[in-house]
Amino acid sequence: MDQLAQRTQDAAAHKPIISFRNIVKRFGSMTAVDNVSLDIMPGEFFALLGPSGCGKTTLLRMLAGFEVPTEGSVLIDGQDMGETPPNKRPVNMVFQSYAVFPHMNVADNVAYGLKIDGLPKDEIKARVQEALDLVQLGPLAARKPDQLSGGQRQRVALARALIKRPKVLLLDEPLSALDAKLREAMRFELSQLQQKVGITFIMVTHDQDEALAIASRIAVMHKGAIAQLGTPSDLYEFPASRFVADFIGSVNMFEGTLIKDGADEAVIACPDLAPYSVHLPHSAPGSAGASVWVAIRPEKLNLHKNASEPPAVPDCPPAHNVARGEIKEISYLGDSSIFHVQLSSGQLLRVSRPNRSRYEQEHFGWGDTVWVSWAGSSPVVLLS
Amino acid sequence: MSDRPAPLEYNRLWPMRLWLAGVFFFLYSPLITLIAFSFNDSKRNIVWRGFTLDYYRKLFNNDELMLAFANSLTIALVTTILSLVLGALAAIMLWRFRFPLKGVIEGTLSLPIVVPEICMGVAMLLFFSRVVPWPHDLPWPLSLGAIIIAHVSFCFPFVAMVVRARLASFNKEQEEAARDLGASDWQAFRDVLVPHMKPALIAGALLSFTLSLDDFVITFFTSGPNTVTFPVKVYSMVRFSVTPEVNAASTMLIVLTVALMALMMLGQRKSNSS
Ligand SMILES: Nc1ncnc2c1ncn2[C@@H]1O[C@H](COP(=O)(O)OP(=O)(O)OP(=O)(O)O)[C@@H](O)[C@H]1O
Ligand SMILES: [Mg+2]
Repeated sequence: MDQLAQRTQDAAAHKPIISFRNIVKRFGSMTAVDNVSLDIMPGEFFALLGPSGCGKTTLLRMLAGFEVPTEGSVLIDGQDMGETPPNKRPVNMVFQSYAVFPHMNVADNVAYGLKIDGLPKDEIKARVQEALDLVQLGPLAARKPDQLSGGQRQRVALARALIKRPKVLLLDEPLSALDAKLREAMRFELSQLQQKVGITFIMVTHDQDEALAIASRIAVMHKGAIAQLGTPSDLYEFPASRFVADFIGSVNMFEGTLIKDGADEAVIACPDLAPYSVHLPHSAPGSAGASVWVAIRPEKLNLHKNASEPPAVPDCPPAHNVARGEIKEISYLGDSSIFHVQLSSGQLLRVSRPNRSRYEQEHFGWGDTVWVSWAGSSPVVLLS
Repeated sequence: MSDRPAPLEYNRLWPMRLWLAGVFFFLYSPLITLIAFSFNDSKRNIVWRGFTLDYYRKLFNNDELMLAFANSLTIALVTTILSLVLGALAAIMLWRFRFPLKGVIEGTLSLPIVVPEICMGVAMLLFFSRVVPWPHDLPWPLSLGAIIIAHVSFCFPFVAMVVRARLASFNKEQEEAARDLGASDWQAFRDVLVPHMKPALIAGALLSFTLSLDDFVITFFTSGPNTVTFPVKVYSMVRFSVTPEVNAASTMLIVLTVALMALMMLGQRKSNSS
């Protein structure tokens, strides 16, 4: 509640720097972006996240001016952009391929935008130096792009866009061309950079880890529309639909019927979990008899050795929030292990356990019969 | 250590070497003979009588030949410039835009390359005598107009093809990046697309220049009495007798063409390494 109040206050305090108003974009008969309305506040690190082809890039390109919306309007800092061409918009973009100019050296690449603007030579020189220092490329100023690594080329693209002091920096899959280790390092650097320059960043990505790790707010897109908008933890812990629950992180999903819905208690019967049921210590969305889905994250499930009686779950009536099954597979991931537990209904449950100690006190092996349990606060109930 | 050739070292097998020697012999011996006999101190071309530069001296004093040479260079230069502009624009249009009949236009573009030269020549002759008569008594550079138009018509498709191939490897995000950084359409074209096309433009320019300089058939049909080009002049000299003077003239043409080719390769290498 506090957080919400704080955010409402913030929203009142500043105007949005970017507003999409009822944006529709069609290519021929294909609708790439379907009625998107979205406000982005100054200073945010905003991520557009979604599967391939959901319209993220198209949305970003409408902001940069490379596409014109079929319907609706794009506002940058309160100004309707209409058909303003890309070179007249106060935003700059880092392209997926980086698009560094191959025939110019690093310094000339970075200086390009200022040269076009016709700034005096010594000011350009000073600002290029400043921009190169910002991305730690100072010593490589005279290099040609083909003498740079992928990560360095990306920094050139960043410096080249930031030197224009845009109101918003747009990044299209900025890390997807890098290898896994470098990608992790650059995530951190990107968010450091954003804090340093204080510019609003909007990043497109299809990598949910990346979005969760750096963004302050995420819009999850699905088939051209926004499926959910929120902070990383909002999206992970309180997904609004099965699509979001499934797309962000991994999840176990059960179909069920709400059989009891009280003010501080709800019970859901899931055929896959029978004879046991799901118990929640709070009310559930929908009314009794509604058909719902129960989603539980793998790390919120506990494993127990086989016993004749189900394990007791705190604050929960017996024979609720438990399931029995057989371990069909174990994936060892180093920091944790994923156990695939098959229930008698045939459904597979994914249970994640951190490998906290080098010697397992409690050993679970392939083919073991085990109990799985979860706290009443763990499941998320979804209507769609 | 064994000295047997590795599986792919074909150049170390003697039949291959023999073959190579044969190829080189038939390719280059006529040229070498031609060049050597341009220094032969003999009126007729058959026996070696000693070294002389007389025929080169005569060549440079032959006003008609020198005029033909000047004509050829002028035609080649103007043709190159026009072909570059036309060819590059055609390539960009075909690469960037989608429009009706695009395939047809793309096909007809290479027509001048595939149509036999003699047909092109006759067609040009008819065109410039019947359809658009080009007056032959215009002042000097303008009198070359008909030949230049004819040359451009078969040179610019080569430029278009080379540029088109180069454009296929262009990353359109680069142009968008330039626009995004504040460049107008024209500035983005100048600063990003033209530098990318540069190697193809160099290649296309030298291709046009040498094609135009060498052309005989089409030029023969379009040149008038006052607009003789170097190859046409050499041909008319040969009709009387093959004198060392003709050899000298041909040698000059060879040297010029080879020098241009070398220049082109140097230019290619430089823009590749940068
Ligand atoms: N210029 C275009 N012409 C026709 N269709 C297009 C064009 N640009 C995009 N599309 C279509 O619009 C849809 C959305 O494309 P977009 O590039 O925005 O997807 P995306 O979310 O960025 O996907 P990805 O993660 O693969 O980059 C796709 O189905 C794509 O085929
Ligand atoms: Mg995309």
